[in-house]
Amino acid sequence: MRYDVLVDVQLRGGIADPAGATIERALPALGYDGVVGVTVGKTVRFTIEAADEVEATSRSEDLCASFLTNPVIEDATVTVTLADDGSDT
Amino acid sequence: MSTTVGVVVFPGTNCEMDAVTAVERLGGEGRLLWHADDDVAGVDAVIVPGGFAHGDYLRPGAIARFSPMMGAIARFAADGGPVVGICNGFQVLTEAGLLPGALQKNSGLKFLCQPTVLRVDSIDSVLTRRAVFGAELSVPINHFEGNYTCDVETLARLRDDDRIVLRYVDNPNGSVDDIAGVCNEERNVVGLMPHPERACDELLGSIDGEVLISSLLGSSPVVAA
Repeated sequence: MRYDVLVDVQLRGGIADPAGATIERALPALGYDGVVGVTVGKTVRFTIEAADEVEATSRSEDLCASFLTNPVIEDATVTVTLADDGSDT
Repeated sequence: MSTTVGVVVFPGTNCEMDAVTAVERLGGEGRLLWHADDDVAGVDAVIVPGGFAHGDYLRPGAIARFSPMMGAIARFAADGGPVVGICNGFQVLTEAGLLPGALQKNSGLKFLCQPTVLRVDSIDSVLTRRAVFGAELSVPINHFEGNYTCDVETLARLRDDDRIVLRYVDNPNGSVDDIAGVCNEERNVVGLMPHPERACDELLGSIDGEVLISSLLGSSPVVAA
């Protein structure tokens, strides 16, 4: 089975986020008042072969912990969905 | 016999010749080590220099830690070999788990390229053993992600074990506890954001980096028990 994986990496609370802070400060000048809590992270997408969704999730989370994120400063959310052509049904 | 210092070159490293030049001015021999090789070729000490290893893609140091040379450096360090990571090299050593913590973006949101004054807060490390405790050294910085951070337990341990070897006198980047450089428990691996190799020639405005580089040259490997 093939699964599409979406990894959303965000800086942990308290870690400097210059891009998010700069965007948030710019918003009032553009007329967007009342927008707070802007954070800028990154998205990593890939397709993974796995027996089932549990295995796909587990392997993706391992990959996140060992490589895609630095747990000292970042958190990740992993979303796994069956790829369009990933099923043999 | 002069001390041979291996200077690691990743794709994107750009301070390797600064390091080699500083080492050779101080009587050592510099030898470039290619990141894809998997042994340190018998050198006496290793510098992981500054630059943008593997383009800094994903995060500074994130991909570099998988280069075969990093495995060789981990073994060299485990045997007591002196290893110093400068700037991007410090980021690489934290990503590789040879030093604790991480380097986040500067708190002032700017890339910083300027002289800084460092205070020597421990002389018990391979980079500071010839320095004077409390001495203030003028050494330049050149980074965007030099804001040292770690969890509170790690910070307490670094303080208790006297492993914060260099602090900024006037913190330029928001680093926790003004940290400019730290060492590992065995004190043979040191990482720092400032560039001592760029403060070894009067023409560059300071020779205060000499005492740090010469400390490294004088640090013979500790024989593992």
